[in-house]
Amino acid sequence: MPKRSIRWNRFVAEKVIAYAVLSLIGVLFIVPLLWMIFASFDPAATLSVNVPAKPTLQNFASIVTDKANQRAFANGIFLSLGQSILIVIVAGLAAYPLSRYQLKFKRPFMYIILFTTGLPITAVMVPVYELFLYLHFEDSIIWTMMFLTATALPYAIWIMKNFMDSVPIDLEEASWVDGASVWASLRKIVVPLMLPGTFTVAIFTFSHSWGNFFVPFILIQTPEKLPASVSIYQFFGQYGTVEYGKLAAFSFLYTIPAVLLYILSQRYMSAGFNFSGGTKG
Amino acid sequence: MKANVDASVSLYRGSHFSRQRDSYRAAIFLFPTFALLLVFFFVPIVLTFYFAFTNMSLTGSASIHTEFVGFDNFSSMFADPNFRTAVWNTIIVLIFSAVIGQQVLGLIIALMMNERNRKFRSLIGTLVIAGWVTPEIVVAFIWFAFLSDQGTANIMLGWLGAKPVSWLYQFPMTSVVVANIWHGTAFSMLVFQSALGDVPKEVTEAAMIDGASGWQRLWRVTLPMIKGSIVTNMVLITLQTLGLFTLIFSLTGGGPGNKTETLPLYMYHQAFANYQLGYGTAISLILLVIGIIASISYIRFLKVQI
Repeated sequence: MPKRSIRWNRFVAEKVIAYAVLSLIGVLFIVPLLWMIFASFDPAATLSVNVPAKPTLQNFASIVTDKANQRAFANGIFLSLGQSILIVIVAGLAAYPLSRYQLKFKRPFMYIILFTTGLPITAVMVPVYELFLYLHFEDSIIWTMMFLTATALPYAIWIMKNFMDSVPIDLEEASWVDGASVWASLRKIVVPLMLPGTFTVAIFTFSHSWGNFFVPFILIQTPEKLPASVSIYQFFGQYGTVEYGKLAAFSFLYTIPAVLLYILSQRYMSAGFNFSGGTKG
Repeated sequence: MKANVDASVSLYRGSHFSRQRDSYRAAIFLFPTFALLLVFFFVPIVLTFYFAFTNMSLTGSASIHTEFVGFDNFSSMFADPNFRTAVWNTIIVLIFSAVIGQQVLGLIIALMMNERNRKFRSLIGTLVIAGWVTPEIVVAFIWFAFLSDQGTANIMLGWLGAKPVSWLYQFPMTSVVVANIWHGTAFSMLVFQSALGDVPKEVTEAAMIDGASGWQRLWRVTLPMIKGSIVTNMVLITLQTLGLFTLIFSLTGGGPGNKTETLPLYMYHQAFANYQLGYGTAISLILLVIGIIASISYIRFLKVQI
């Protein structure tokens, strides 16, 4: 009886400690965010965290109505959306033969793809800048988009191929037997079944590109061409006295798409994995 | 499953289309990938090996007449105390923010969350993930505000009766490390959560019946079973942290002095602030070689099916 109660106490203590420590961790993770949330609604925001006396949407209004900010957001959307569309097309095309055909070079190719997935982009940024200077690609949103596409491609191909592997080939074969061409079966069977995978890749690409500061910071110089990720930095750095309320509001607005896309990607991810039924490679 | 698919494809091949047509079609499908990777990935990597041995510059005579200078960049790099500081800072950030910070904290959170109330688990998980989802540049602003003289960190210190601290000047490296832990821990947490989810309940239950204590179960049963995930995660976060630029650049700018200048920032300052592109590429080559070694070991540890 006493032995049992010691064990029971220990069990309760372990549980209580776990809940307490986890709650503390949760608090420590939310506290730094509070400044951004409070300051964005505070017309008199400083670097201190204060619950705004009179919360207004004034900061957001001045960010949203500013022409330069509108352009920065439009540039960001153009860059990230363009990159996502390119990635889906290019990676989707590449995934088909890699998933369906027996090719001699498939294994080394997939290893090279996996290898490039690992390399930090930072390591090639200086030579890429030199290459851009040499080819006169610098200061161009389109070429920056191309470079970003190339860097995100290995990862996208890897995911696309895994998703495609899980689309049963029997369905394609059945349509061939019914007289459909390879192209028709691709369009009518593989593409619709690949939608969850395609959305996952597109959302992943968009949010990585949206959050990317370093690449456009190096490759684009003209202020009018900069995406939100870089213009927010200039906003912070250029003025002697920063208007913290506006900076917080800009940061908030800039963070929202990243959060929404994360939530969306979770939905598509689980949809994708449910239908793959645990046969992912 | 995979073998079946391949077998059925080859069964069909004879009747529907030939191997030759397969490779022809594959070539067309793979062409855009080849072109993009060649121009924007493999050419720059090869260029790194060439430019690192030149005196290429953005201004002055070397910008017009770029010359091959052999190992000059490397000998001046190794003689530069700032380079040694940058290497040291990179190692510190890697060990404290990635390997110890993100990895151990992520593992602890995942372990403690195991078998907890579902709602509580998803609440804490969401808070940790909020730090991860926040774009890196915003993370830098948030932490700049948090650690500023009138910031939240000092307000909290005040509650405890302590004097305010000038975090970014007195403890710049600690600030960078902590901010990066805040930003990156969710990744490790998610990796370990899914790894722990794959550990069969019967195994830990059996150990419990045999009288193993919580620690014994952790060290002898759970950790050995998720060893693979630990190694993979370690290599991945090492690669991510090796390329870390935005957070440090906008939080401290590498300063004060060069107290938080890691290799990527040193590379940026040499190439784009001092216009020494050749020298910057030489630093880039060092980063690239470390990245290649880490990436190859990643593939080795990761037992992939292709």
